[in-house]
Amino acid sequence: MESVNLKVSNAPFVRSKDSIESVMYNVALALAPATVMSVYLFGMRALVLTVVCILSCIAFEWLMDKARNKPNSCLDGSALVTGLLLALNVPANLPLWMVVTGSFIAIVATKHVFGGLGYNVFNPALVARVFLLISFPAAMTSWPMPAPFSFDMMVDMETGASPLGILKTDGVQAALASLSLMDGFYGTMTGSLGETSALALLAGAVWLWYKKYITMYIPLTIMGSVFLFTGLFHLIDPGTYASPAFHMVTGGLILGAFFMATDMVTSPLSIRGQLLFGLGCGLLTAVIRLWGGYPEGISFAILIMNSFVPLIDRWDLNDRKAENKKKPEKP
Amino acid sequence: MKTFKTGGIHPPESKFTENTPVELMPVPKELAISLNQHLGKPAKPVVKAGSEVKKGELIGEADGFISANVHASTSGKVKSVKPHPHPGGHYAMTVFITPDGQDEWAEGLNTDPVDWHGFSKEDIIGKIKNAGIVGMGGAGFPTNVKLAPPPDKKIDTIILNGAECEPFLTADHRLMLESPEEIVEGLNIITSLFGGEARAYIGIESNKKDAIETLTSHASSKGIEVVSLKTKYPQGAEKQLINAITGRTIEPGELPFDKGCLVQNIATAVAVYEAVCKNKPLVDRVVTVSGLEIGKPKNIRALVGTSFRDISLFCGNLKESTNQIISGGPMMGKAVYTLDVPIIKTTSGMLFINNVGIEKARERTCIRCGKCVDVCPQGLAPWLLANVAQLREFDEIQLLGLANCTECGSCTYVCPSKRELVHWIKYAKALVNNRQKRKSA
Repeated sequence: MESVNLKVSNAPFVRSKDSIESVMYNVALALAPATVMSVYLFGMRALVLTVVCILSCIAFEWLMDKARNKPNSCLDGSALVTGLLLALNVPANLPLWMVVTGSFIAIVATKHVFGGLGYNVFNPALVARVFLLISFPAAMTSWPMPAPFSFDMMVDMETGASPLGILKTDGVQAALASLSLMDGFYGTMTGSLGETSALALLAGAVWLWYKKYITMYIPLTIMGSVFLFTGLFHLIDPGTYASPAFHMVTGGLILGAFFMATDMVTSPLSIRGQLLFGLGCGLLTAVIRLWGGYPEGISFAILIMNSFVPLIDRWDLNDRKAENKKKPEKP
Repeated sequence: MKTFKTGGIHPPESKFTENTPVELMPVPKELAISLNQHLGKPAKPVVKAGSEVKKGELIGEADGFISANVHASTSGKVKSVKPHPHPGGHYAMTVFITPDGQDEWAEGLNTDPVDWHGFSKEDIIGKIKNAGIVGMGGAGFPTNVKLAPPPDKKIDTIILNGAECEPFLTADHRLMLESPEEIVEGLNIITSLFGGEARAYIGIESNKKDAIETLTSHASSKGIEVVSLKTKYPQGAEKQLINAITGRTIEPGELPFDKGCLVQNIATAVAVYEAVCKNKPLVDRVVTVSGLEIGKPKNIRALVGTSFRDISLFCGNLKESTNQIISGGPMMGKAVYTLDVPIIKTTSGMLFINNVGIEKARERTCIRCGKCVDVCPQGLAPWLLANVAQLREFDEIQLLGLANCTECGSCTYVCPSKRELVHWIKYAKALVNNRQKRKSA
């Protein structure tokens, strides 16, 4: 008994099993249906792209940990989630060197230069996507046609514009003719790897919500505000503006609202902050889609609102301080 | 079923000893009775090395208003009076007694029970003070002081705390099953101090159905309401218990008596009964000895001053894989660094565990998941308090509600980044207190 080596540490002595890893791997798991769907729709090339994207993110994470002399974090799951999200946000035929460039922007330029996990202001995968979109506009907007069960590498694949792109350039009639709403729901339309299938994305999101890793305040306000805003203009002029249902299922709205805007690190903590954040994302998305130069606006909207998060959090902070100021001093 | 409104967690209950009757532990070979077993100033020793003492004889006298008497837990000879490790982690003046084996009570103590109804209020509070009774739930606030609030504070609600929300601990649970009459009588004595209008409640978590039944059958005829509480930590924290039972909220800076409430622990009620009716000072208590690393987990009735070493031997010895021994529960207890530490009046549990996380634990960065905010029963933002504490911004942290933290540890329990949130908050509290002391000095 005298050999017992007692250790002193801080209470509490029981801790929950939750960890950064469990959070991250659960997010990755929630994205699995969309990933499987993307391989089904866009073939082996989608799988290769996803693997390259994830592995390059993990490699950059490892390099940055070495460079910054930090504990190894490349397997904590956050690089995996960033890589997976970035892959789901690009077209399946994107050259692989561009994919690796995107990983570099996400992990090195967006995450680690700000201090690594927990300190980044902007969502890494979204910054990388926007970087690629601005740098390589042609490659990022020539979308392969979905071809279920075609497991070739799609070297000379047929490409087309996305429904939102058609809406922007050719107007409502052409856009509506290009797909049915059920195409949007199942995902049999052009688009980025993981954004096309509303069904697969929502299944993952509901599971994350059920496991309490995300709340629904942000996604539902984004969806709701986009619906109301586009719906309002559709009512005013149905000839110029597409129906809100069309806006719901096209582009990256669902992927963005449920998986990108809900990123813990880059979204507000309080409920009212989350509602405001969601509202801002939704309105900006709608404004960019209806009148902006780009057909899709969710990435820009979330990034713009990311920069407001410290300010939104300060709202809460100031209220806490005001509350304690008016209270009497402790006797 | 009632519960407090904000936050809360539900850690694994691990109540291994809930069906184990309380076992009387024999008098050990040596007792180390600390003179600092309560909140406030330590007691002044009134014995010297060589003094002969009987069981229940005064050995330490309350020093000042917030302090408490300390009594010999058995008869024997005082070996020495010197500083000794204390379960709180520091050294405290301690009276060592070598028992004579007779365990013989001093004259007039531990008598047959008498009827207390004839006693005056001053008599009752005097007996409680003489018996050295302190809050036995953990804080150790002198009970006689708590039972005599300022005259302008009207007490209308008296709550007996049988929640026992800490995992592992079953001492109060067993006491409720085995001594319901004493508990009800103790509560009646306390209630009688506040006139006829005060309502008495016993709050018990719903995972102790048998205790709820037993006490309901004993208490309902006496006008006491037994309240079933949702099993949720920290249901037994004073502020949360008041909120659960009365719906009232103790605002920052307020004490329970500001809202007409008084909360006492189950074990304290028994001690009050024994002090008033049997003239028995507080010299022993029920302790839960549990954890995966002890041979035979038990509930024991042990003398104050029994060392952790003697208790571990009595409970089948600890395994070699033990790396932590906790005094108290796993959420708010303290790790002790030596088995020489004695139990004191507030030691409700003793846990022998193998904390595997401790070797590789590393605080990682906050990922802003907001779980700590969700579970904080006081509605604070623990992640922010911890950040500001690390920056040593002590004016800022007070504005963020530092003083409202009850140190329940729920935030640290849920944190996926394994941040030592409550530790940083305690650290800030200690430094803020020191700074205020220096300012006023």
